[in-house]
Amino acid sequence: MSALPVNSPVSITPAGQSRTWVRVAPLSDIPKLGARVVNSAHGDIAVFRNAEDEVFALRDQCPHKGGPLSQGIVFGKTVACPLHNWQIGLADGEAVAPDKGCTGRFATRIEDGIVYLQL
Amino acid sequence: MKKMKLVMIGNGMAGVRTLEEMLKISPDLYDITVFGAEPHANYNRILLSPVLAGEMTIKDIMLNDVDWYEQNNIRLHLNKKVARIDRPGRKVIAEDGTTEEYDRLLIATGSNPFILPIPGKDLDGVLTYRDIGDTNAMIEAAGTYRHAVVIGGGLLGLEAANGLKLRGMDVTVIHIMPWLMERQLDETASRMLQKSLEAKGLRFLLQKQTAEIVGTPASDGVKSRVKSVRFADGSEIPADLVCMAVGIRPNDDLAKAAGIHCNRGIVVNDTMQTFDPRIYAVGECASHRGIAYGLVAPLFDMAKVCANHLAQMGIGRYQGSVTSTKLKVTGVDLFSAGDFSGGNDTEEIVLHDSVGGVYKRLLIKDDRIVGGVLYGDTVDGSWYFQMLREKQNVAEIRDHLMFGQSHLGNSGHQGQSSAASMPDDMEVCGCNGVCKGTIVKAIKEQGLFSLDDVRKHTKASSSCGSCTGLVEQILASTVGGAYTPQANLNKPMCGCTDHTHEETRKVIREHHLLAIPDVMHFMEWRTPNGCASCRPALNYYLLSTWPHEAKDDPQSRFINERAHANIQKDGTFSVIPRMFGGVTNASELRRIADVVDKYQIPTVKVTGGQRIDLLGVKKADLPGVWADLAMPSGHAYAKALRTVKTCVGSEWCRFGVQDSTQMGIDMEKTFWKMYAPHKVKMAVSGCPRNCAESGIKDVGVIGVDSGWEIYVAGNGGIKTEVAQFLCKVKTADEVIEYTSAFIQLYREQARYLDRTVHWVARVGLDYVKQRVLEDTEGRKALHARLQFALQGEKDPWVERTRGMEKHEFEALTV
Ligand code: SRM
Ligand SMILES: Cc1cc2nc3c(=O)[nH]c(=O)nc-3n(C[C@H](O)[C@H](O)[C@H](O)COP(=O)(O)OP(=O)(O)OC[C@H]3O[C@@H](n4cnc5c(N)ncnc54)[C@H](O)[C@@H]3O)c2cc1C
Ligand code: SF4
Ligand code: FES
Repeated sequence: MSALPVNSPVSITPAGQSRTWVRVAPLSDIPKLGARVVNSAHGDIAVFRNAEDEVFALRDQCPHKGGPLSQGIVFGKTVACPLHNWQIGLADGEAVAPDKGCTGRFATRIEDGIVYLQL
Repeated sequence: MKKMKLVMIGNGMAGVRTLEEMLKISPDLYDITVFGAEPHANYNRILLSPVLAGEMTIKDIMLNDVDWYEQNNIRLHLNKKVARIDRPGRKVIAEDGTTEEYDRLLIATGSNPFILPIPGKDLDGVLTYRDIGDTNAMIEAAGTYRHAVVIGGGLLGLEAANGLKLRGMDVTVIHIMPWLMERQLDETASRMLQKSLEAKGLRFLLQKQTAEIVGTPASDGVKSRVKSVRFADGSEIPADLVCMAVGIRPNDDLAKAAGIHCNRGIVVNDTMQTFDPRIYAVGECASHRGIAYGLVAPLFDMAKVCANHLAQMGIGRYQGSVTSTKLKVTGVDLFSAGDFSGGNDTEEIVLHDSVGGVYKRLLIKDDRIVGGVLYGDTVDGSWYFQMLREKQNVAEIRDHLMFGQSHLGNSGHQGQSSAASMPDDMEVCGCNGVCKGTIVKAIKEQGLFSLDDVRKHTKASSSCGSCTGLVEQILASTVGGAYTPQANLNKPMCGCTDHTHEETRKVIREHHLLAIPDVMHFMEWRTPNGCASCRPALNYYLLSTWPHEAKDDPQSRFINERAHANIQKDGTFSVIPRMFGGVTNASELRRIADVVDKYQIPTVKVTGGQRIDLLGVKKADLPGVWADLAMPSGHAYAKALRTVKTCVGSEWCRFGVQDSTQMGIDMEKTFWKMYAPHKVKMAVSGCPRNCAESGIKDVGVIGVDSGWEIYVAGNGGIKTEVAQFLCKVKTADEVIEYTSAFIQLYREQARYLDRTVHWVARVGLDYVKQRVLEDTEGRKALHARLQFALQGEKDPWVERTRGMEKHEFEALTV
């Protein structure tokens, strides 16, 4: 199986440090239209899977008051924060207008049915 | 493929709204060109009043600036008035010769102010009040001259007069009728209005017919300017500025000249199409079923329908609007809707407190509100208007209709009931800490027109909703008649669909749909997998309609119902085990204590529902906590049966006449594990002293010597509502049967997130009585259906301690 498209990487890693890809889990371990929390050295990361089996990763902290985004309802390419219902874009970590705010993103990749995260 | 060409004439509120709606659904269908006679991009015309009054600037009221047109690839011809439509050649020609071809043409030319055909109407200093040009001219005149005369005591005239007065002019309003705003107000309300405007310094001359506007003599080169106004009775008053606000005429000149059928407006059908199928018309220039509207709210409805048809979606019909009026004069609270003239077959309810400055008059015909005028206290205007539009039967609530919906003055906003008198820095929304000034600012600057818009942009009224009435009032007094409360009866479920909750439930039942994607596909949802609002509703509708058939979708449940615990602000959870009827014992308490120690649970609290809350549990610990507790789930996290509160009752209490504790335990054992449209709370008291507070529960039972009284649809939360008496029964079995039937009816018919109180308010207690009391067979069937639904339902905690949904509780690590 060939590599699926890589979601655009973003630098939340300070300049100078190199990023590495790490194995997370088989895609099937993440529920469709759901998420898993990944404990990492960078803090908790929410890894989402949408209906089209695309995978996205965001810092598990809502830009509003730090709500755990991994616990929200996923629809389209958006997650609704469980605390006060802000809508956060999965692809860019940006709050949907009129709310304003952004949470960190991590690049993801699926290869042979395994999800990888770039840290 | 080459795109079709869409040309729009008139760059006003209705036209641009149509384009916005169309771009939302079909952004790439057309090459769009817009002609606007004014030199400005799209602005909020209704806010010209606060601009004139000096409360806002032109910059504040822009809705779409030129960048918006650019971003959407719209060719914009500003300051170009279209002179002619060439229908055979399918093109429009502007006064300066600019020519554009069209495949579809949209006419949105608004209306023209009516000008009295009297001598002097063309003098310098005689103006109308319609656009930015007029407004600037008035502001300029106010800086130089002293005497202003406004002809016309209607909505527009009064707002003009108020503005000119605030700009420092001496203002006299001339009105031909015996009282002001006679089309919207009865005489009493009108007199109260006049008095308060007089207190602001305005002067009124009623029943005066203007005969002539007299000018200064013209002298070499200097045009003659207005000097005074002369009336039919021969009297005369000085005037340096005359503003004519005596009505508007639909601007159908272009269409008429092009041979399109017009009759006081461009005649359109329910799809906003004119007699030429390529040409559509929206806004004040259109005449729909014989009516040309002069307020924004109906125009927005037209825009939505027209956009649908231009986008070739072919759905939606505009079927006319009922309008309401709100004067936008700061500090004046006034609301009017429908027909208030009265007649032999209408009854009226009047409340008049002349000292307090409050007047309310409702007109009722065949148990339905047909019109109303409110002055001084307009809190309930939206509520009345909604019932008027939905033709709701008010027989049952008639005795307290006048006292309003009282969704105000409950909690969270200091009992405030009048938005107009609130200072800007006063808190309106207690949940989100939003002040009045913030809301007003957002409405004006962001061009908001609906409650949903305000909720989105300011968060006000978006949480518990108890301040909704206040926010509606602020909205209405800021945008005037442009605000129409969201119709409740035909309100779509959410932005993903145009279907209502009821339609969706019906389709699920009639077509035996069993899964969310099937419903979305069948009912043509606009979004691929719904949103956080419709998915939980659909999940509930499927499960409640097809128990044991439809499969639960955990991903369509809010986190609390997925994790079977309440999420807290720090991401931990709370655990509330069930204690049937509020009764516990040493062994349960000991296990709770042990769990608290073992999992280092920071807070233990007795809840308001007679049980114990363990707060601050880590998600990963939940299955362990549940296993060690070995107590049933309290469903304190779910839209489900919560508690059945009881008092000690006849077992111990010296007054008790029934065993309320046992009754409560029996009820809780019957209903627990039952999901519902919203949470359900019950209580049983052993005597009328009612220590279990049965009067504010979804189902409240009170023991009396000869049996049990059953009360329903009470609520003790955001909006405290006393439960209504349903019936009295003799035995405990009957209590279960009757309450089951009531609850099952609620489960089958209410909208998701309706508490019983909201649902009963909509369908009426009479309906409930008919289904639960009078129809014996029906009651038994309802009871049986609930029993069937609950058969074999498992305790979610037990299932999860055995490993179900394991992934929900385990984090991954890297
Ligand atoms: C724990 C408790 C407060 C307490 O410490 O005593 C509580 C806590 C919460 N209530 Fe409550 N309510 C609690 C009794 C009540 C009561 C009193 C009662 O049940 O006798 C009421 C008024 C009665 C009523 O509902 O009619 C009450 C009216 C509300 C409301 C307003 C409901 C309404 O329709 O007006 C909400 C908001 C909502 O549900 O949308 C709410 C919501 C909440 C939530 C779930 C807020 C949330 O979404 O996170 C709180 C969860 C805290 C947690 O995680 O445990 N809570 N809440 C009580 C739990 C009772 C239980 O044993 O299950
Ligand atoms: C001061 C004021 C206060 C108001 N307050 C309220 C209120 O509180 N609540 C409420 O609901 N309504 C209010 N209204 C009414 C509301 O503004 C109108 O109902 C609404 O603007 C009508 O929208 P429209 O698109 O049909 O017309 P307009 O917004 O008038 O747009 C029509 C546009 O077409 C242009 N045009 C006309 N002919 C041509 C041509 N041949 N070529 C090119 N362009 C042309 C015009 O210049 C104009 O810009 C108020 C109006 C005014 C003036
Ligand atoms: S427990 Fe209830 S009243 Fe208390 S803060 Fe939470 S929702 Fe508000
Ligand atoms: S913390 Fe996410 S919406 Fe408030």
